[in-house]
Amino acid sequence: MAAERKTKLSKNLLRMKFMQRGLDSETKKQLEEEEKKIISEEHWYLDLPELKEKESFIIEEQSFLLCEDLLYGRMSFRGFNPEVEKLMLQMNAKNKAEEVEEETVELDVSDEEMARRYETLVGTIGKKFAKKRDRANYEEDENGDIKPVKTKKMFLKPQD
Amino acid sequence: MAEAAAVVAESLAGYRARAARAVLEQVVLPGEELLLPGQEDGEGPGSAGERPLRLNAGARSGGRVVCGPGLRRCGDRLLVTKCGRLRHKEPGSGNGGGVYWVDSQQKRYVPVKGDHVIGIVTAKSGDIFKVDVGGSEPASLSYLSFEGATKRNRPNVQVGDLIYGQFVVANKDMEPEMVCIDSCGRANGMGVIGQDGLLFKVTLGLIRRLLAPDCEILQEVGKLYPLEIVFGMNGRIWVKAKTIQQTLILANILEACEHMTADQRKQIFSRLAES
Repeated sequence: MAAERKTKLSKNLLRMKFMQRGLDSETKKQLEEEEKKIISEEHWYLDLPELKEKESFIIEEQSFLLCEDLLYGRMSFRGFNPEVEKLMLQMNAKNKAEEVEEETVELDVSDEEMARRYETLVGTIGKKFAKKRDRANYEEDENGDIKPVKTKKMFLKPQD
Repeated sequence: MAEAAAVVAESLAGYRARAARAVLEQVVLPGEELLLPGQEDGEGPGSAGERPLRLNAGARSGGRVVCGPGLRRCGDRLLVTKCGRLRHKEPGSGNGGGVYWVDSQQKRYVPVKGDHVIGIVTAKSGDIFKVDVGGSEPASLSYLSFEGATKRNRPNVQVGDLIYGQFVVANKDMEPEMVCIDSCGRANGMGVIGQDGLLFKVTLGLIRRLLAPDCEILQEVGKLYPLEIVFGMNGRIWVKAKTIQQTLILANILEACEHMTADQRKQIFSRLAES
């Protein structure tokens, strides 16, 4: 009676990690199989016949826009509504050539002008961040632009 | 008419699917089945279930085919749902079977996603406007879908105003929804259409004819006098010219264009230019 109880450990106990070390391979396999069975039984699946639908090569589209290259619906002629006329050019040109539009992006400020503007800005902003003592180093030139005066730094011998 | 009758007789007697290539620019009838170029050598429609789809196998038509308005896909069969001429557009780039559609005559508008239409505001209820577009159901239009509109800054839209907008939701099961901005949030000409002017209805086919890129009617109309036109895909046209008389002339011309030959039209335009 006592010996029988010893050999029959419960399954739940055998499944524990510290018990696995001592198990032989056969019981291990058995346990694994049972575990798998439990998991697969718990899985839900739809009881449906397999889908036989093949990939369709016909696409449904209910819009005429795709079929006919229709123009934009707002129009103005002979300058009645300049705003719409501008819009008309823009919207109808889009269909024809999109690449052309990108090239002619209007620049408000040319690159050169930008560079010139920032050139003078260097001094102005620099002055703002300079300490009071150094501020004298920034001088206004004949154009009214403020530029830092370059002074050579050198060792000043202390006087005693 | 005789042509149509012949087609009826043939389709009833033969009861066979015709090849789409063979009936291009011809009248097709609802219920007819069309065979796409890759399916032409297949058997009849009776064994449609077992028939292998040859579209992907055939190298010459190795792409997808788009079936436009008036056609419907049913499994891998192509059925006609509207009466009209079958049209075809070659694919713009690369492979693919291009686009097939039926050019039909009808007055009833069915909302389609992406269409630009003219609507009339019929009700204002809280956050949305109800807009009549001529479909089976009024479309809804949120007050936030106008350019520059915020919760605090409501657009000035009154009942009775004309709206030029675009459908973002349009299907058979849901209420259509309009917006007056594009995906970038810009109006691009959409929104409330200005004061005055005249709104009238024409058939949907005429709208498409007028909006075609090489439409002679519009080019001639544009030469007459300063004017503004808005075309809605739902068959509504709004016109405005300097005087009421000019506006009325314009509306009459556009309405009459439906049933005029090119010669008759030229006569009228030359007479108008003289006066």
